[in-house]
Amino acid sequence: MSFGQATKDAMASSMRADPTVLVIGEDIRWGGSFGQFRGLYEEFGDRVIDAPISESLIVSMSVGAALTGMRPVASMSFVEFAMGAMDEIVNQAAKIHYMFGGQASIPMVLRCADGTISSAAAQHSESLEALFCHVPGLKVVAPSNAKDAKGLLIASIKDPNPVIFLENKRIQTGRMEVPEDHYVIPLGKAAVVRQGHDISVIAYSVMVSAALNVAERLDTERGISVEVIDLRTLVPLDMETVRASVAKTKRGVVAHEAWRFAGLGAEISSQLSESLFAVLEAPIARVGAKSSHIPFSPPLEAAVVPTHDDLYEAVSATVVFGR
Amino acid sequence: MSESEGRTYVPLPAHESALHTPKGELLQRLFEMVRIRVFEEQVLADYRARRIPGFTHMYLGQEACAVGVISCLQPSDYITSTHRGHGHCIARGLDMRAMMAELYGRSTGTCKGRGGSMHIADFRLGMLGANGIVAGGLGLAVGAALSARQRKSGAVAVSFFGDGGMNKGSCHEAMNFAGVARLPVIFVCENNRYAQYTAADRLSAGPSLAGRAGAYGFPGTTVDGNDVLAVGEAAGSAIERARHDEGPSLLVLDTYRHEGHSVGDAEAYRTREEVETYKSSDPIGRFIDWLVSARIATESDIEILWLEAQGEVADAVHFAEASPFPEPSDALDFVFASMERGGDVA
Repeated sequence: MSFGQATKDAMASSMRADPTVLVIGEDIRWGGSFGQFRGLYEEFGDRVIDAPISESLIVSMSVGAALTGMRPVASMSFVEFAMGAMDEIVNQAAKIHYMFGGQASIPMVLRCADGTISSAAAQHSESLEALFCHVPGLKVVAPSNAKDAKGLLIASIKDPNPVIFLENKRIQTGRMEVPEDHYVIPLGKAAVVRQGHDISVIAYSVMVSAALNVAERLDTERGISVEVIDLRTLVPLDMETVRASVAKTKRGVVAHEAWRFAGLGAEISSQLSESLFAVLEAPIARVGAKSSHIPFSPPLEAAVVPTHDDLYEAVSATVVFGR
Repeated sequence: MSESEGRTYVPLPAHESALHTPKGELLQRLFEMVRIRVFEEQVLADYRARRIPGFTHMYLGQEACAVGVISCLQPSDYITSTHRGHGHCIARGLDMRAMMAELYGRSTGTCKGRGGSMHIADFRLGMLGANGIVAGGLGLAVGAALSARQRKSGAVAVSFFGDGGMNKGSCHEAMNFAGVARLPVIFVCENNRYAQYTAADRLSAGPSLAGRAGAYGFPGTTVDGNDVLAVGEAAGSAIERARHDEGPSLLVLDTYRHEGHSVGDAEAYRTREEVETYKSSDPIGRFIDWLVSARIATESDIEILWLEAQGEVADAVHFAEASPFPEPSDALDFVFASMERGGDVA
């Protein structure tokens, strides 16, 4: 099953189970930019609301609907377009539960496609999760594959908080087995997707498949045993699972496609050094994009965005550090 | 022209149709305006005496806008408000004790001390919040109207905002979609003539703010916002229109704020004479004159209303002062909601 089909199934089964679930976004009656809404209008009619290219309104209207009894799933198409709604995301969606003393909740999901793919260039290629993670009151979800995306999206729709649901464009291209039933993958729980004992790679979104690939290579080529953690959710961040893994392996690398500077890797690395300073045998390494906009020309794009080889080198260097 | 407390007020029009409105209803509107007036004067004094922290924006002079519109609403309807929101809250029936306690930063406040002056809300009354972001409430009201339509509740949503808010992109986005979807929403622009420190007409293109509604295909009307009866009449038709699925409306209520943008504003952008001139259009003085000259109410009927409001406000201050501050250990409550709708997570 494709990623688009899996997430569309998550919405359809949520809409069947709960009549307050609405879908709002641009072009959604036509299936959306990635086909992620295909077939919903035919089944759910007026609960599928075509919005103009008005990102600020899409978010504020979703907040207003959420405050008055609905559960909107809104689409921003590309995550860069959500920047036009940052006022509504940061000043309304994230704050209303808190600043009104818990009177009302905002059960809404904002689906955004992020990440680099085939020369989409600077305004359609970014990974902006750190911006959202920085603001209290927003949950941030970043699945690494279609099967997880379905269960995480169902959980996000059930959640009483605003959830930023980040869908990397490269994980949307493949196909995989996805169960047909309605299942939940809880928010705030990371998954150990590969057991290992020499080093932990903490990744999410598209970098999970990179980590699994690098782990296989290091195992075959050099007999290094790499544990891979898929964070799945960035807020809440499951540091318990991360700490348990790094406490065991004593070495870690955090990998994300977003910029390395002030990225999630900095937060995770810092928390690990605070809690595991005495047991760490190497500094926590970070792999991420270089501090540049994502260029158009293919060789330039490849020079900015982290590759499998970048991760391979970071893991190799960390595993031998101090030995 | 007539005299009241030494000031001569610009008379209201005859409003012959309003002469048939029950006396109780008319006096109730005056009472709501008086409650706002007395509350705001108290807040101004308490703020200047540093008993209230933070920023606060006075609604003094604009009372007819909130009362004129909100008196036409049903309990199931929604409103969104602005940074200058105390008047909308009082007119909508929020508990004055809890409001005052919120301003004082106490745990018994409407928002348990998390919001303050710019963030008072009461969701039980469909009051979806004062909002510190200019034009922040329009989209929320559009969403509430969408939700009301989806649930077939028959409710309408009113969004209050100012002349400054008319120039935000979010205002355009909200009005465009409300027009397209013919949503049951009423956009109420209180034109108090200044967008913070700048005269509204200096930075607003086009001949009239109300005229902008025409571009979205719904009616826009300019109303004397210091005439509670005129506001009520215009709001009543806009609300009926929305309730009968005939789409949104824009009302531009011409009014004037007696105080500066926020308390402490030096008001270098306007003269004392200008303020004094506009005070002769004070909505309360004008309405009292109309009630008295139409022999609907006597001076003593009206005196009772002032005394009652003063008692209520004094009680609210007493309640606020006697209430405890929130516990510092609870500062992280309400960052996230729990799985139960409306709940909270410690």
